[in-house]
Amino acid sequence: MDLGPLKLSVLWGKTSRQNQGAAVIELDNVGYNYGGGELLSNLSIKLAPGSFHFLTGPSGAGKTTLLKLCYGALTPTSGRVRAFNMDVKGLDRDQMALLRRRVGVVHQDCRFLDHLPVIENIALPLIVSGRDLSQEEANLRELLNWVGLAERADALPPELSGGERQRAALARSVILSPDVIIADEPTGNVDWEMSQRLLQLLVELNRMGKTILVATHDLSLIRAAKNQVQARVLRIWDRQLHLAGADL
Amino acid sequence: MSADGFGGRLRALIIGDAQADRVVPPSGFTAQLTLFAAGAMAFLAVFALALSLASGRLADRWADELARAATLRINAPAEQRAAQTEAALTILRQTPGVASARAFTAEEQAALLAPWFGATVPLDALPVPQLIEVIEDDPGYDATGLRLRLQAEVPGAVLDDHTRWREPLVDAAHSLRLLAVVSILLITGAMGAMITLAANAALAANAQVIEVLRLVGAQDSYIAQAFIRRFTLRALSGALVGMVFGMLGVWLMPAASEEGGFLTGLGFQGFGWLLPLAIPLLGALVAYVATRRAAKKRLGDLT
Repeated sequence: MDLGPLKLSVLWGKTSRQNQGAAVIELDNVGYNYGGGELLSNLSIKLAPGSFHFLTGPSGAGKTTLLKLCYGALTPTSGRVRAFNMDVKGLDRDQMALLRRRVGVVHQDCRFLDHLPVIENIALPLIVSGRDLSQEEANLRELLNWVGLAERADALPPELSGGERQRAALARSVILSPDVIIADEPTGNVDWEMSQRLLQLLVELNRMGKTILVATHDLSLIRAAKNQVQARVLRIWDRQLHLAGADL
Repeated sequence: MSADGFGGRLRALIIGDAQADRVVPPSGFTAQLTLFAAGAMAFLAVFALALSLASGRLADRWADELARAATLRINAPAEQRAAQTEAALTILRQTPGVASARAFTAEEQAALLAPWFGATVPLDALPVPQLIEVIEDDPGYDATGLRLRLQAEVPGAVLDDHTRWREPLVDAAHSLRLLAVVSILLITGAMGAMITLAANAALAANAQVIEVLRLVGAQDSYIAQAFIRRFTLRALSGALVGMVFGMLGVWLMPAASEEGGFLTGLGFQGFGWLLPLAIPLLGALVAYVATRRAAKKRLGDLT
């Protein structure tokens, strides 16, 4: 896959500058419990625009929960989550839908509509937000090339390999040119080479000005990333968030 | 993939709300059930409508025709019958509110009695009373006053102003119409209930699709629209087919005739044929409202 000096016009320079300086997503003393004791407590974090964060920690520590709190799929049981200077708790369902268009999410299990071909799945955020697809056609093609799925555009999601699914999910998450991209174990089901390609795509997005938050337990992926980008590593430990040192 | 195929797909996606329809996977069997239910309901609704219109017409006709006519029956010994008839006709002509009065001829009486006695029975040999047809004017005559006067001057005369017959018949026709209207309401309600069940089943079956749509930023109205559009179109097309068959059935029924009496003439007349066209629209409206309510409730339950 050619990851050379490809310029993605759909993504370049579109990151809104209005939030510069202020955190894009901010968790303030957030706690969460599923009913059986606290999973997270008194947790605070600020994602500055254009930052690159890894989130790591043992299985069941609450990585996915923390990500869900960031994009509003869960509401905190205590504390406050702010996204783009809006309190997530105060958003109604329609405002929440609009928030999700500004936060691209790559889910652990990708979540596609299995009856639609890959290209329509990638275009789904455009479709549901009522964009004119004919005007976005060139962007869509470019994006497909970028993630190396141009040849697989007509395939149905169940026909894709693990790596192809993850790349399609990444393409779908960035199609609306969101300010933030949140990825949950994007390299969980793929081999080393494929995880490198996915990392490459995330690094490129970060260079375009996107704020990136990636949950992973793959330490070698984090080490590989540190050579290319200024990434901070957050570790969930004992219900709290710790900034991991340079020992990684 | 050719650029054409790609562009074509995109264009197909863009056309109208059809693209919203595509995000929900097609469901063959349930779709056919919805079509069938809508068709059957529309078919029944056409008959209920025909019954309602016909019984309404029947009630009006009976009320009108029977109200304007009365019968004077003269039971008198054969030798006095002609004299009493003449006397009664004189009184009737003098009575204000009587438009006309006419004694039936022997042949007319024979024709009226033929269905009961057969054409061959010699009616002359039987003490058949003389009948006088009285047509009421507008405003009508005073029946009580007329009866008193007849009682005094023509002892064998009995005035039958048809009230005894008319009222139960008109009542029956009105009840028939009420039943038909209630049937239409029940059919509408049953259709709404069935569409609600079908929509709920579809929403439940597509819970994952709805979740994905929410995750990529679809608003509730967009998701609901995909289901609403689908069920409204299904109900509309199903009801359209049912309506056509129903109207065909009504059209094939025997036309109104003297011999058939009130049982025939149950169809539509004139502009009445346009009324069933409202049935598919009503079906679509019911489906729209039912699906909208179901979707709103179910989406509200999701996070």
